[in-house]
Amino acid sequence: MKGQTVTATPTVPVIDIVDLKIEAKSNDQWSKIVNGVSLSIRPGEVLGLVGESGAGKSTLGLAALGYLRPGAKVTGGEVRLSGHNILAVPEEERRKFRGTKVAYVAQSAQAAFNPVHRLMDQIVMVAVDRGGMTRGTAEKRALDLFRALQLPDPQNFGRRYPHQVSGGQLQRAMVAMAMICNPTLIIFDEPTTALDVTTQVEVLISIRKVIEDYGVAAIYITHDLAVVAQVAHRVAVLRYGEVVEEAPIAQIMERPVHPYTKSLWAVHEMPVDHDAQHGGKGAPLLAIAGLGAHYGDFQVLTSIDLEVGRGETVALVGESGSGKSTLGRVIVGLKELSSGQVIYDGKPLQGTIRRRSLQTLKQIQIIYQSADTALNPRQTVRKIIGRPLTLYQGLRGARREARVQELLNLVELNETHIDRTPGQLSGGQKQRIAIARALAADPRLIVCDEITSALDKVVQAEVLRMLMKLQARLGVSYLFITHDIEVVRAIADRVAVMQNGRIVEQGGKDQVLAQPHADYTRKLLDSVPDMAVGWLDGIVAERAA
Amino acid sequence: MTTKSHPILSMAASRIGLGLLSLVIVSLIIFSAVSFLPGSYASAILGQNATQAAISAMEIKLGLNRPWFVRYLAWLGAAATGDMGLSFSGRPVMALIGPRLKNTLVLASITAAIAVPLSITLGIVCARYRGRFIDKFLSTSTLASISIPEFFVAYVVMMVLAVKLQLFPSMAGIRNGMGLGEQLYRMVLPILTLLLVILAHMVRNTRAAILSVMASPYVEMARLKGEPEKRVVIRQALPNAIGPIASVVALNLAYLISGVVVIEVVFVYPGVGQAMIDAVRNRDVPVIQACALIFAAAYIGFNLIADIISIVSNPRLLHPR
Amino acid sequence: MQQSLEVRSVAPNRLLRALKLVRSAPPTAKFGMVVVAIYAFVALFAPLLAPYGEVEVVSRVPFEPWSASHLLGTDQLGRDFLSRLIFGARNSISIALLTTAISFVIGCLLGVLAALVGGIVDQAISRLVDALMSVPDLIFTLMILSIFGSSVTNLILIIAVLTSTRFYRIARAAALNVASLDFVEHAKVRGESLLWIAVNEVFPNILPLILSELGMRFCFIFLNIAALSFLGVGIQPPTAEWGSMVRDNAALINMGDITPLIPAAAIAFLAIAVNFVVDWLLNRASGLSEEG
Repeated sequence: MKGQTVTATPTVPVIDIVDLKIEAKSNDQWSKIVNGVSLSIRPGEVLGLVGESGAGKSTLGLAALGYLRPGAKVTGGEVRLSGHNILAVPEEERRKFRGTKVAYVAQSAQAAFNPVHRLMDQIVMVAVDRGGMTRGTAEKRALDLFRALQLPDPQNFGRRYPHQVSGGQLQRAMVAMAMICNPTLIIFDEPTTALDVTTQVEVLISIRKVIEDYGVAAIYITHDLAVVAQVAHRVAVLRYGEVVEEAPIAQIMERPVHPYTKSLWAVHEMPVDHDAQHGGKGAPLLAIAGLGAHYGDFQVLTSIDLEVGRGETVALVGESGSGKSTLGRVIVGLKELSSGQVIYDGKPLQGTIRRRSLQTLKQIQIIYQSADTALNPRQTVRKIIGRPLTLYQGLRGARREARVQELLNLVELNETHIDRTPGQLSGGQKQRIAIARALAADPRLIVCDEITSALDKVVQAEVLRMLMKLQARLGVSYLFITHDIEVVRAIADRVAVMQNGRIVEQGGKDQVLAQPHADYTRKLLDSVPDMAVGWLDGIVAERAA
Repeated sequence: MTTKSHPILSMAASRIGLGLLSLVIVSLIIFSAVSFLPGSYASAILGQNATQAAISAMEIKLGLNRPWFVRYLAWLGAAATGDMGLSFSGRPVMALIGPRLKNTLVLASITAAIAVPLSITLGIVCARYRGRFIDKFLSTSTLASISIPEFFVAYVVMMVLAVKLQLFPSMAGIRNGMGLGEQLYRMVLPILTLLLVILAHMVRNTRAAILSVMASPYVEMARLKGEPEKRVVIRQALPNAIGPIASVVALNLAYLISGVVVIEVVFVYPGVGQAMIDAVRNRDVPVIQACALIFAAAYIGFNLIADIISIVSNPRLLHPR
Repeated sequence: MQQSLEVRSVAPNRLLRALKLVRSAPPTAKFGMVVVAIYAFVALFAPLLAPYGEVEVVSRVPFEPWSASHLLGTDQLGRDFLSRLIFGARNSISIALLTTAISFVIGCLLGVLAALVGGIVDQAISRLVDALMSVPDLIFTLMILSIFGSSVTNLILIIAVLTSTRFYRIARAAALNVASLDFVEHAKVRGESLLWIAVNEVFPNILPLILSELGMRFCFIFLNIAALSFLGVGIQPPTAEWGSMVRDNAALINMGDITPLIPAAAIAFLAIAVNFVVDWLLNRASGLSEEG
């Protein structure tokens, strides 16, 4: 599909968005969410809409259905569906083509399905109510779609309730629901973002298959360029509510023009230091042997052996539920281990926080994924960074103030930030404050729990680079918990891969990433989309073979 | 079939257990209230001029020489069979409040039978036409009316309908000899007042319960599928709001209970509420104990029913994996 | 997905912001604020505003009609009705305020404690609170008052204890929410004491929520005390209190005289005003603002 171009005959576009402007109210102020966007999609074409959080992708996607979230208003422009401006007609009119002519696939199927109705009832409802189908024909069509989407046991699938099927299956069920009336356009709003990589591949394959089989046009919204490269013909890059670049997918991937588009490769293109082995000088800083942990009767961690050397970065990789975060929590003392031991700096580490001395606590710090919840919204930066200084070193007054400023400089911020509260900082700045707070303790080991996954690509690269610089300067060790192979490639010295509470493989980065020997590692690495057109075709072909 | 019991049964069993626990704690508090009373129970019954010997004889007769938990169990056992002991006036408590209990039950049930469906309907209407005139009007007027004391509502109703327009009698003194029509006619004003009082609470809470369900992603999804707003409310939001609405209704029966007490006093209606107020003034503790136990048991019972309704309406429990 | 702006402008000074906030309030809330201010003024300066004393008998005729010397006539004992109304503002409001304050302190302290300590402490307090809440407040109050007698102190204590269960519930739930956030966990990892965490990390974050609860609870307490006094088991004579003023003069209603309804209206008016303000603040906090 990627190879062939869509026929260039002058057909009427399925949808024509012309100079659309949307504003939304937050904190009693109107701000521009979509700022003069023009897009047009031909029948059967898939347009990728790429941008980072807050770029206005979802608002734009919903506007294609003539729908605005409460608190948003259109301040200009048109959305033409088959030539008619749907923004000009009353809501009652707009409603009529939703679900029949234009359909929507949401990010979280778990939340978007009503828990009290059976899947089949929800899927065929639009078709029976307004699609002119009888219940029987609608169910038959649903069954065809279940098969096309490769859902297990399609005959009985519809009888289940949403909570009775897995996340990946539910996401595919939502695609079936969108397709039921044979719409001319489907809006996919980050349909695979909430899924693990190995599930993502399956759903991506299904989505692409039905798009091709049924020849429906689509807007595919995502923040992930590698994903969109597998499904879209054309890509529009959105930033601050404006399209900064629009081109066929191959052109974007090979010759991005706009600096912002180029920055989407920021992490991908970080220099990989293959030679430098930071760790290994003397005894390891942290040595875990035979560690196990339980939640009630459920064993979350089983016989974990792991070492972190001085000044070394160990990446802990795995999908959600693999136990990687739990391992981090055991190390910082938030979760008690049920067997094995943790040796820190040659001495066994006490189980929980209350039994550890302030001196030990100070040396092992943790940084969280979301700086929004990790920083107290009611404290100023001064108090956030200053508190560990007072607690661990007894610093007060001018000396504390001076040290806070030093730390701010260390994380590449300055004293103008000192009086702000987290609400007045950007996402990247907040994460830097969280890093500064960890550094204030003067730690030797920092557990970094997915600390860059909530950040935009450019900011991710900046923060990662800064962490490397800090390591070179301070000799601190990182245990880097992540699901993102790109990040691992950029910063890790060694890698440990986790699955179902066990470490299935560990070793030097190059060895694990280049010659994985565990099946799971191979599957995990294979599931991460390449930043290249045609990667998914390769996977499908490989499976067929 | 699995050997494990159905999750609904175990959930319901644990709720019933918690309800019983509450009832036990409450009855303990109510029972031990007597021991805080200055002077002894026996002398309270016999009056101040009783001789020491008479008091001792009474204590033995009442079993006051037994340990407290034996007395508690005996008291509880008797209460379960409808025997609440002797009032300080010397008459059996149940003889005093029994007939009144019936009157109160009639008053409360008629009110609830009108208020519950009406307030759920109005709550749904508010949620459906959110932000429109009808919603703003009902929201503001119910907010105002939950702030108005019950006796004010009662007197305004009395002033307008009984004193000025003379449509209904201002006193609702019903007697056994009266015909049913006459009794109902006399109950119109108390019922109307009670309705005004509890409707406001119920409508507000029902509206809030539905609106919180309306904020769920699956409701937005239904709109994105083009479902008409009426169906979004009825088909998508309402089935999920059954549990919350049930507990809202049960909680609001507390306003019904306290409303009953005040309104019986205003309209001189011969119910348990008025008996309780008289008992408080005379400090007739056994009567108060009986009233408190009746009201508490009713309230705990209603909340239990609401809990079970919300368990049964939860699809995750109804259709386990 | 959230679409807030990444960087918000630095806040201007607080007073200006508060002023702007008040100006943006809907008419109901503005009305509420004005009414509350008037009541506060009357309560504070009652002795200066009232033409006669609180318990001063000014006429030998009970239930004297409205006249120039007694604007609202006299009550059942020949005391000036208007003066009692004005002193009633002071008594009713101050007793309700004191009760609210006591219940707020008890409820919030125990709630935050239960949320942070958890385990058996939480279980024990929570079960007791469940039991207290499983009896309608009025019934419980009546029972306790019948045993200990209806003094103002007893009244304040019993209502404060019963209302504290509501503060407990809301403070505990809010504190549990906050306690699950990473910054509280980080404070634990850092080695902070429980008290430090409660005061510095948790409390400032639950304050806005429990403050609006404060307004609502004040209304309920105020109405409760009025109802008890009306039933004759609340605040006892000769103290001027609105609820008991209605009761004492209720006989006039059957003659078509609205004077006894004035104190009841005064109660309703204040409660409505407070609820309007609270409702607006709650709506703002939950982002459910009516316009938009």
